Amino acid sequence: MSKEILENNLDSFNERLPILNDRDIVNIRSKGRKFASDLGFRNQDQTLIATALSEICRNVIEHAGKGEVIIKSVIIGKKIGISFIVKDNGPGIKNLDRALQFGYTTGRGMGVGLSGTKRIMDEFELETKQGVGTTVTMTKWLNEFEY
Amino acid sequence: MRVPILKQGSYLIASVQSSLSDEELIQLSDDLIDKVSDVRSKGVIIDVTVLDVMDSFATRVLRDIAQMIKLKGAPTVVVGIQPEVALAMVSLGLTLGSLKTALDLEEGLSLLKNPLSEDND
Ligand SMILES: Nc1ncnc2c1ncn2[C@@H]1O[C@H](COP(=O)(O)OP(=O)(O)OP(=O)(O)O)[C@@H](O)[C@H]1O
Ligand SMILES: [Mg+2]
Repeated sequence: MSKEILENNLDSFNERLPILNDRDIVNIRSKGRKFASDLGFRNQDQTLIATALSEICRNVIEHAGKGEVIIKSVIIGKKIGISFIVKDNGPGIKNLDRALQFGYTTGRGMGVGLSGTKRIMDEFELETKQGVGTTVTMTKWLNEFEY
Repeated sequence: MRVPILKQGSYLIASVQSSLSDEELIQLSDDLIDKVSDVRSKGVIIDVTVLDVMDSFATRVLRDIAQMIKLKGAPTVVVGIQPEVALAMVSLGLTLGSLKTALDLEEGLSLLKNPLSEDND
């Protein structure tokens, strides 16, 4: 399938989904998994991707109330990947350096979400502004031998 | 959907049937804690074979359930964590703490029945 995407259809999927409650998290991560599987990601990577997506969407619910996610395929040169843009208009993150540290939490969590997700994904960018909101953009690339 | 909890001998077995929302996980926690006192259970097994993701929330709830059930005098074993799920948990930096795990139901039950021979923590 990936080869066809590469040759025929540069933007194979691009879907925007609201993140309003914990039910949405379950649906979004299974959708993320399905898209990843369609692109050719192996089961292990699908699970990593779904787990990362779950963490970032959960942060939206827990720390910002609500938001949205865009799930899309990306093709840059010969590279194929899956990207997630997770956006909210919540309070933003006061101390980003600390928030990215393993074990740091302002809530009841274990403080693994951001640091762990950053480790799991190939690209991870976090933009945040207090009082404005937070946007996480993250990508996982297919290994070349997979397509 | 509510997770069914079956009684087998003096053990309780909760088999997760589909991916769980947070609410359903909390419900499972409440149900198990109620039931464990009701039936004076000697141990609890939570079967998570069907779960394809265990994120920080699910892990925390499972750890909390085990902790609360321990206070009621019974051990908890989580069975059926898929290898790729376990690997994703490790990659994320999640640990199960003192939560006991086993491959499947059978191994879980024997772990509960012979805690001394296999329980080394
Ligand atoms: N979307 C967001 N909006 C506002 N603050 C956020 C957002 N995401 C993360 N944070 C802040 O960054 C901190 C670290 O996030 P991280 O996901 O690593 O840990 P956690 O959510 O607190 O716990 P865990 O993910 O282990 O359950 C949070 O405690 C919170 O203060
Ligand atoms: Mg988090």
